[in-house]
Amino acid sequence: MPLGGILFLAIFIGAFGTFLIYLARFTGGGLKTGRGVKFETYECGLPAEEKNDTKVSVKFYLTGILFILFDIEIIFMYPWAVTFKDFLQNGTGLYVLGAMGFFLLVFIFGLFWEIKSKALDWD
Amino acid sequence: MGNDFFEITVNAIKLVVIFLMIVQAVPLLVWVERRGSAFIQNRLGPNRVGPLGLIQLLADAVKFLGKEDAPPNKAVKLLYYTAPVFALIPGAIAYCAIPLSTPISVEAFDFFGRHFGPYRFAMQGYDINIGIVFILGISSLAAYTILMAGWGSGNKYALMGALRASAQIISYELALGLSIVGVILLYGTFNLTEMIAAQSGPLAFRWGSNQYVFSFLPNWGIFFQPVGALIFFAAAFAESNRLPFDLAEGEAELVAGFHTEYGGFKMLMFFIGEYAHMMIASGLVVTFFLGGYLIPGFTVDEIKNWVGTFINNGTAVSAVVCAFHLLSYLLKLTFLMWVFIWIRWTLPRFRYDQLMDLGWKTMLPWALGNTIITAGLIYWSYQ
Repeated sequence: MPLGGILFLAIFIGAFGTFLIYLARFTGGGLKTGRGVKFETYECGLPAEEKNDTKVSVKFYLTGILFILFDIEIIFMYPWAVTFKDFLQNGTGLYVLGAMGFFLLVFIFGLFWEIKSKALDWD
Repeated sequence: MGNDFFEITVNAIKLVVIFLMIVQAVPLLVWVERRGSAFIQNRLGPNRVGPLGLIQLLADAVKFLGKEDAPPNKAVKLLYYTAPVFALIPGAIAYCAIPLSTPISVEAFDFFGRHFGPYRFAMQGYDINIGIVFILGISSLAAYTILMAGWGSGNKYALMGALRASAQIISYELALGLSIVGVILLYGTFNLTEMIAAQSGPLAFRWGSNQYVFSFLPNWGIFFQPVGALIFFAAAFAESNRLPFDLAEGEAELVAGFHTEYGGFKMLMFFIGEYAHMMIASGLVVTFFLGGYLIPGFTVDEIKNWVGTFINNGTAVSAVVCAFHLLSYLLKLTFLMWVFIWIRWTLPRFRYDQLMDLGWKTMLPWALGNTIITAGLIYWSYQ
């Protein structure tokens, strides 16, 4: 199991990055906080007015929802792709191909319905 | 990670070395990027500090150390500080799953009276049997670090840049994931080492009961999956937020995107993350389509026999064979990294709606068609 290696690497990189941030704070003259203009939010020369929770386009939410749907459909194709040659060798290839064909038909129908209903148009 | 102290130590050092390799590649790549862009735009680039300007990046690192740490008042401090650290992690963890060369087999030896059994060290961080799924899953965690940075900065430019970047990443992830299905169909495995092993020898395929062999071409995946390779490479550009897909930064309208409020080493960490994603993309293209670490024209066994005529020690033979294949892998990787830089400085940017249209309406249907045609051809070839 490579889990130990992954955990070790994640912890090592986390420590490395934290060390770098603290090192840069030390060499850069310590942490600065205050009320001066320097600590205001960056804005192109004007005083910053809007808060950070500004309104964002609903398109981003739609893209996120559509991504989840399609991504799950694509993930279903992975186990099929891995075992496809095994099914071909034991003679049930046509059935497996047809099953995935039907699944892809639903997938393609969904994609084209999405394009047709202008869910993917940005303006 | 291993059965005894020696093996665990070597494996841990291996992981750290691969991570430091990524970190060390960044100054070199930035130098190549600057000199390469200067070469493409017919100017000189940084050439004052050291030979060919190579020390410039060292000077930059010293400058980064001198930057003061001044977070904006409205920043969410926890997210603001953890985002750059988390930007480093997914890239390095995913890269460690890519095989870099043939394994080194160490013969049994005695050391201070203790017996150490034969070892076999794979030249990759960890050998995972579901390599592709693992790499895709881990490397797409990068979207979270971008969102963390964008939200934590407390700046609307950063937030909008982060939203654009994450929407772009998840949109192209569909085309990326789907273009790999053809590759998995071709090799019938998730394991990257087995994929590379399947690409050794001359180009050969069977059609029905006939076997066709083209001895002048290597058996690389790009000859079986040209469309998949193109889609994968283009989507990988979008995944790593590079030009022509760098709408996240959009300097004209979004200042610098999600790292507007970052400076010094925190900024550098985002850069390391971006270059790590470039290296993952190049490494995966090499593994899937360009034969991995294999040397075209020679199989691993042929090279092992050839080296065996000079050296008798089994450990030394496997180390030399490993070095040859590592060199081959690094040459292919370097070429692809140069293609990344070359394209960045050659093509102009997209507009945002064009970018989304390309991902959803062009690349996704093409990847679907590629999958269907690949499955059909494999089916017919078995009849």
